[in-house]
Amino acid sequence: MEVNPNKHIAHSAHADAHGHAHGHHDHDHDHDDNFWSKYIFTTDHKMIAKQFLNTAIFMAFLAMFMSLIFRMQLAWPDAKIPFLQDMIGKWGKDGKLDPGFYLALVTIHGTIMVFFVLTGGLSGTFSNLLIPLQVGARDMASGFLNALSFWFFALSSVVMLVSLGVESGPASGGWTVYPPLSALPQAIPGSGLGMTLWLVSMVFFIASSLLGGINYITTVLNLRTKGMKMTRLPLTIWAFFITAILGVLSFPVLLAAALLLVFDRSFGTSFYLSDIFIDGAPLDHAGGSPILYQHLFWFLGHPEVYIVLLPALGLASEVISVNARKPIFGYKAMIGSMLVIAFLSFIVWGHHMFVTGMNPFLGSVFVFTTLLVAIPSAVKVFNYITTLWRGNIQFTPQMLFGIGLVSTFITGGLTGIILGDSALDINIHDTYFVVAHFHIVMGSSAIFGMFAGVYHWFPRMYGRMMNKPLGYIHFWLTLIGLYGTFFPMHFLGLAGLPRRYYAFTSYEAFDTLVNINHIVTVFAIIGGLAQFIFLFNFYYSIKYGKKSVQNPWKSNTLEWTAPVEHLHGNWPGAIPEVHRWPYDYGKPGAPDDFIPQTVPFSETPESNTPHDH
Amino acid sequence: MNILLILAVVFGTLVLVRLANVAAIASKLSGENEEAEQESANRWNSIGMLAFLIAGIITMFYLINAYSPLMLPVSASEHGVAIDNLMNINWIVLFITFLITQILLFFFAFKYKFNKNRRSFYFHDNNKLEAIWTVIPTIVLASLIVTGLQEWNDITNKSDKMEGIKIQVYAKQFDFTARYAGVDKNLARTNFRLITDVNPLGVDSLDKYAADDIIAKELVMPKGAEIELVINSRDVIHSVYLPHFRVQMNAVPGMTTRFSFKPTMTTAEMQKETNNPKFEYVMLCNKVCGVAHYNMKMPVRVVEMAEYQDWLKAQPLVFPVASEATAGASTATAESAATMTTGTN
Repeated sequence: MEVNPNKHIAHSAHADAHGHAHGHHDHDHDHDDNFWSKYIFTTDHKMIAKQFLNTAIFMAFLAMFMSLIFRMQLAWPDAKIPFLQDMIGKWGKDGKLDPGFYLALVTIHGTIMVFFVLTGGLSGTFSNLLIPLQVGARDMASGFLNALSFWFFALSSVVMLVSLGVESGPASGGWTVYPPLSALPQAIPGSGLGMTLWLVSMVFFIASSLLGGINYITTVLNLRTKGMKMTRLPLTIWAFFITAILGVLSFPVLLAAALLLVFDRSFGTSFYLSDIFIDGAPLDHAGGSPILYQHLFWFLGHPEVYIVLLPALGLASEVISVNARKPIFGYKAMIGSMLVIAFLSFIVWGHHMFVTGMNPFLGSVFVFTTLLVAIPSAVKVFNYITTLWRGNIQFTPQMLFGIGLVSTFITGGLTGIILGDSALDINIHDTYFVVAHFHIVMGSSAIFGMFAGVYHWFPRMYGRMMNKPLGYIHFWLTLIGLYGTFFPMHFLGLAGLPRRYYAFTSYEAFDTLVNINHIVTVFAIIGGLAQFIFLFNFYYSIKYGKKSVQNPWKSNTLEWTAPVEHLHGNWPGAIPEVHRWPYDYGKPGAPDDFIPQTVPFSETPESNTPHDH
Repeated sequence: MNILLILAVVFGTLVLVRLANVAAIASKLSGENEEAEQESANRWNSIGMLAFLIAGIITMFYLINAYSPLMLPVSASEHGVAIDNLMNINWIVLFITFLITQILLFFFAFKYKFNKNRRSFYFHDNNKLEAIWTVIPTIVLASLIVTGLQEWNDITNKSDKMEGIKIQVYAKQFDFTARYAGVDKNLARTNFRLITDVNPLGVDSLDKYAADDIIAKELVMPKGAEIELVINSRDVIHSVYLPHFRVQMNAVPGMTTRFSFKPTMTTAEMQKETNNPKFEYVMLCNKVCGVAHYNMKMPVRVVEMAEYQDWLKAQPLVFPVASEATAGASTATAESAATMTTGTN
């Protein structure tokens, strides 16, 4: 970048795209900014981060609203849900949820949460906001590709929303859209136009994710400021970096899977279809295998879990260290365990398929690799706990969410050991045990990480502080709501209750479980309502929040050396240099309990240790 | 949109605005002292951490106690008992880990709240500690992996030559059909192009094993016999799920999947075991397969061998007419086919 003397990449795409913005003018002001260029067609990474965040918040509330509808259906299958018809029209006639639409809700809830909120929303927001600011770059390697990434994301969201309104209903084969169900409109109405739109939406989403990922990787590798060695990167950046690599390697496989599905659906090929007799007639498809789709899908699907989780863990590492006023314990072990998790995530996908007809021997291999994931995960957990030990903990809302993340990561991680054991998986596969497991380990942990990130970096995004007391109420209600919702689900699963059932009324054996379903739904509603506190706090604080100081959390990382007011290029003068790792909190001898990365060792003789030089 | 809903939203927002204002005023009243405010927040939230830990653990024990009667009864299959034992061992290990880590996490959070007169312990690396918590989980996991894989191999590595009762479970939207091999102990091949209203499974009538194949709308198994389920689907993926037997295997169009197991308790015995005279085993579809997925099931019964054979004889053949043509039998029940075949043997 032209302003970074240490990196000779003046001919990068970034310089071309941005040359006029700050190449020949002062960095202090953005001239010719109007509403459209500032908020909509921006190439500024901070604004793009906000675009991702706001879109994700909208999508998250939509998906949460869906989940509350189907939770009410599950708890009170015979009751009429008030206002249902007003809200979802013909699918909720007279307050009764349509069984087909129930499946659509489950499908779209999963799709939105996994892809739009926890992938696009989480990585899109925080990779964009933090990578340039924390590595010390003026912007992303390519601001234009970055803007494109958001616009593909927005387009993909719009297509997904449009699919909700089609006559035959949105995709309804579950978020994994296994063929043949997803390939045959005869099998379920949602596999008609709704499924086509789902696939189109995913193609745009994958494009968005790849554009973003390539940008994140390039920026981390090439645009680090002077002194920012890889071993001085905050763990957030390491997490985003590894996540982006995972995405770039695995999302293309999902695209392949989706394209083959499009071919099977529309062009008469037989990649996934064979020997099918439906609607009173045999189909011509021959020779395909539905298992092939599952292999392709989960080759993305499992790394996807870590694409969701790693950024959250990265955010939590930073937040926990800052608020415990203590260096993160085992910095290198944290990086190492993330790398190991990322590597293993590519060779464990078969654990989703133990009972799908995959060769049992193959299953054994996947058991082995899957349970290995527990080792780096355990290292991470113990490192978090040790970071708290003898810390000096400031209970900000983000710290609470960080601790909540570690708790849900433990709880959900442990049940993963059960599910990853093929023999034990036989009886709980596709039951509520699975639903409980991944909602706790992936859903709750990732959303906690995201909340931690929002509360922590809100001042960096909007120059104002969020209201803390509302943040506390939000955290406690969310924590109680999540555990109250998902913990009892383990029991449902162990009792043999299948997931994706519209009702259990025709099974006498399950009648005794109805109380658990009531409890789950009541806590889901509590947790859901609590999110409105966040929603209010977020938008209220953008407008009326207390003005932020430059470094409100007394943090070491580079983003807090930039002025509160946003400007293209982030720093008004030269980019700051980095002289030390980001976790010098509570260092003995130092006058303050933090030493920013920009402070050279020569200025801190009183706190230097023999290893510092 | 209903007016009540709008009102609820409006009032909800007003309450939140009020809360935010109250919080702001409260902070002003406390002398605009941010430090004091944070101190009080630290106190309350750290107490909250401890309270959540204690309440959480109590609630968990309460739930385990309250819900354990609702869990699945003792397994009605041989391998299921082994699975349950393995599950219990796993639970013990995981439960101990869960308690240790959660207690440490929340207790440290409670104990080390901010104190401006104190510094945190500058402690960022300790190879010995890290080695300990890498090696211990590795050893524990290795033992879990080994025991789990042994069990998995035992369940899945059933020899093909094994003398078991072959039963086809044939899935379609939205029901299951069972096909029994009859006296020749072999199931005739099927072809989806042969499916008609009278031959819903597409059994190939030219197959020499076809004549004695028996069809049933419930799955009846003799106690103590090795059962091999031969699982097929004709439209989308379904899943054969028999929770009481710890059995699950997907039904995949275009391929055959199998699951072998040995039922060990009759329905009557299980009724006694569960103190529920109305108890019945059930087979559920456990892979989303369409709008009526939630109602796709099949009744299952386990009976003594003699009763099983009587029941089987009363079931209709796949080809009531074809059996006449190919085998020359005069009646269409399994019994006659059985007698006929025995006769010729």
